[in-house]
Amino acid sequence: MRTATQPPAPRRTIDIVNASLKRRYARERRFRFMGAAAVALGLLFVAILFADITLKGYTAFQQTYIEVPVYFDPATIDPAGSRDPQALAAADYLAVVKASMRRLFPDVTERSQLRELYALVSAGAPQQLQSMALRHPGVIGTTRDVWLIAAGDVDMLVKGHLDRALPEADRRIKDSSILLLDRLAADGRIEKRFNTGFFTNGTSREPELAGIAGALAGTFYTLVLTLLFSFPLGVGAALYLQEFAPKNRWTDLIEVNINNLAAVPSIVFGLLGLAVFINFFGVPRSTPLVGALVLGLMTLPVIIIASRAALQSVPPSIREAALGVGASPLQTQFHHVLPLAMPGIMTGAIIGMARALGESAPLLMIGMIAFIVDVPQGFTDSATVLPVQIYLWADSPERGFVERTSAAILVLLGFLVLMNLAAVLLRRRFERRW
Amino acid sequence: MLALLAVMALAYHGGRKRAITSAGGAGRISTLHSLPGYYGFYAALWAGIPALLLLGLWLGIQDHVVTGLVKSALPAQTLAGLSDSELGLLLNDVKNLASGSIVGGTVTPAIQAAADHFAHLQRLANWAMWLLVLAAAVSGMALAWGRTTPTMRARNRVESIVMGAMFLCSSIAILTTLGIILSVVFESLQFFEKIAPGEFFLGTLWSPQTAMRADQVAAAGAFGAVPLFTGTLLISFIAMAVAVPIGLMAAIYLSEYAPRHVRSVAKPLLEVLAGIPTVVYGFFAALTLAPVIRAIGESLGLQVASESALAAGLVMGIMIIPFVSSLSDDVINAVPQAMRDGSYALGATQSETIRRVVIPAALPGIVGGVLLAVSRAIGETMIVVMAAGLSANLTANPLASVTTVTVQIVTLLTGDQEFDSAKTLAAFALGLTLFLVTLVLNVIALHIVRKYREQYE
Repeated sequence: MRTATQPPAPRRTIDIVNASLKRRYARERRFRFMGAAAVALGLLFVAILFADITLKGYTAFQQTYIEVPVYFDPATIDPAGSRDPQALAAADYLAVVKASMRRLFPDVTERSQLRELYALVSAGAPQQLQSMALRHPGVIGTTRDVWLIAAGDVDMLVKGHLDRALPEADRRIKDSSILLLDRLAADGRIEKRFNTGFFTNGTSREPELAGIAGALAGTFYTLVLTLLFSFPLGVGAALYLQEFAPKNRWTDLIEVNINNLAAVPSIVFGLLGLAVFINFFGVPRSTPLVGALVLGLMTLPVIIIASRAALQSVPPSIREAALGVGASPLQTQFHHVLPLAMPGIMTGAIIGMARALGESAPLLMIGMIAFIVDVPQGFTDSATVLPVQIYLWADSPERGFVERTSAAILVLLGFLVLMNLAAVLLRRRFERRW
Repeated sequence: MLALLAVMALAYHGGRKRAITSAGGAGRISTLHSLPGYYGFYAALWAGIPALLLLGLWLGIQDHVVTGLVKSALPAQTLAGLSDSELGLLLNDVKNLASGSIVGGTVTPAIQAAADHFAHLQRLANWAMWLLVLAAAVSGMALAWGRTTPTMRARNRVESIVMGAMFLCSSIAILTTLGIILSVVFESLQFFEKIAPGEFFLGTLWSPQTAMRADQVAAAGAFGAVPLFTGTLLISFIAMAVAVPIGLMAAIYLSEYAPRHVRSVAKPLLEVLAGIPTVVYGFFAALTLAPVIRAIGESLGLQVASESALAAGLVMGIMIIPFVSSLSDDVINAVPQAMRDGSYALGATQSETIRRVVIPAALPGIVGGVLLAVSRAIGETMIVVMAAGLSANLTANPLASVTTVTVQIVTLLTGDQEFDSAKTLAAFALGLTLFLVTLVLNVIALHIVRKYREQYE
């Protein structure tokens, strides 16, 4: 005992204890504070992560448009005057856009200035006009005020992501362009609107045209197949292992394997998919089919473990009652135990699906990183999924992709929250205490 | 496929009806051995299973047979003087042409003819396949119907098939492991034929380029994986330095101190961190944290790489916090209350009890959890792919750029690849190493955790 500094007079134990109490309590408080700080720090990380992504991403749900009076010049669009859809589709709408921009700013004549003027609207603007002309051929020959998608850099400037105060050389957008934009803004020709293109377009090299529709469709096809593979297999395996399997070396081996597979790095599953499914069985690369095979194998242990827990929680009396009235063991399981365990199994399946939804590393291996503009239409089309799309966009240098990426992350997190909420609700609603 | 399902449905109905009529009408089904539905299932299974097996077998060999036929039909002068790989390219062209996609080489009439031949054969084979499969289904159905008598033990037979299917389901786990091992081991063996294992595991230079021409300088590339291993260890170490203290303290606080309502809110919120996709962490590390670290480092006058190990490691640590905390929480809760009460009775404060009694008792479980977390950190891919660099530096400086095993696997296997170059095979050798290391860690950790749980149960 550290009593050397104590006055030597009374040396009862209670005094020794009392003397050290202050220090011990201080220590107690420190320890407690450290614990609270650790929890607070963890929660702070959650908050920072969400705040950062949200702040970066929420602007992507809006898109800057520029109102331009467009003269649909019949001489350019439809010189023959036939209104033949094929001719209309092939016409040079870029020229129409350029002519309209020139008319808007008649004072801009110099070549380099003109180029800047044209660059204010997106490379997708001609397509906008094309679809207008195709849908309503009546617009040809008339002048309409059209809200054209602004170019990515313009969009960034309007949203305040590009700093006007920077010297011109460090900025992606020139002073003269900003001057033009300010004139447009003064005329009320610049507006931010809800960005529907983000949800309906495939990906693109231009940030202002890039959307997540392709990735969402790919994710949908992949997850549907993943569920179809892993759910029946997982439930079957869980039923067998939990209810029927004899206790022997083989089932022990299976159990060890399942626990291990749950902890194998996901990228190893990608190697498996590449070597076995693609090179050996010849499943087409980049497709939701092969992605789902890999993700299905990854989800399987999750579903098996959850299903076994759910089966275990069904009380033995149910089984005994069913067996007692003459049901066969399988009838007992399928008619009585399985329905009662279903909510728990579904919860596990949803959580497994949520994991599969966020997974991207193994999909990189099996070629789901192709640049695919078209929205995939089936299980064997080349596709990409949302997390991989996020990865690809995060690699793009354009400033505009930062907010797109964050917005895609927000959508992904939204889906994850929904799925986890569904799992929680399912558990609350159907959980039974026996 | 739909036709097959239709035949199976038909078989079910027919089987059920036959069973009822063979028993002598719906009123006398009690004379049947099993419920009529089981006779239906029996017939449906007989219709479906052989047909499906046939289908799988056919799909497996069709491509080989058709390709062989097309090859033998190619004119001899086109084939003359072609190496195996050139022949493969040629056949690929033929296939692409037949399926109507774009072809790399020039299309000669011979190739065009071969493509037509290929398409023709394939159509033929498809027709034959479906005919045969349906025939198998129908004959299976007829066989089952023929066997339907009141004494047949239909239920037992159906149930044994279902049991077999369930057994197969549970064996998938083993097949998966086997598949992983086989796929990784075979490619790795090929790799080690080209590069000596000693060079791979002990070499300190990593620059896996494959040469365009055989006589190019540095044609072989260098495959010394030591920088990758040290890079992985460095990042994992940083991650654990973040995750273990925070995770452990959080677990202690939540299980020992926190009032119930704080716990019920904070614990799920912390576990949110585990549910966030890793690609999101990667984005956060690369675009938010890395610039911050760089700015701080520069204001302190330090040289910070833009893809520093520190950013990746810190974010990975954040990701692993809930992993450590929930596993530790479990084991701390498993420590019997009697041990705490004993300590309090001797006058120890709560923190003394925790430090001197609870933690030592829970230590094996905590160590197991930490080992699992280490294995997670080593195998984590997206964060390091996005936030760590590609340059294989042999350094322990957390501010420098390092690369990891997983990053290299991804870079080696994405993009164009030919399947027998040392470059792609190296990825499998790295994968094998990764798999073995994490396997060992997992086995040890799971063993410790399980043993620990049994101790207090």
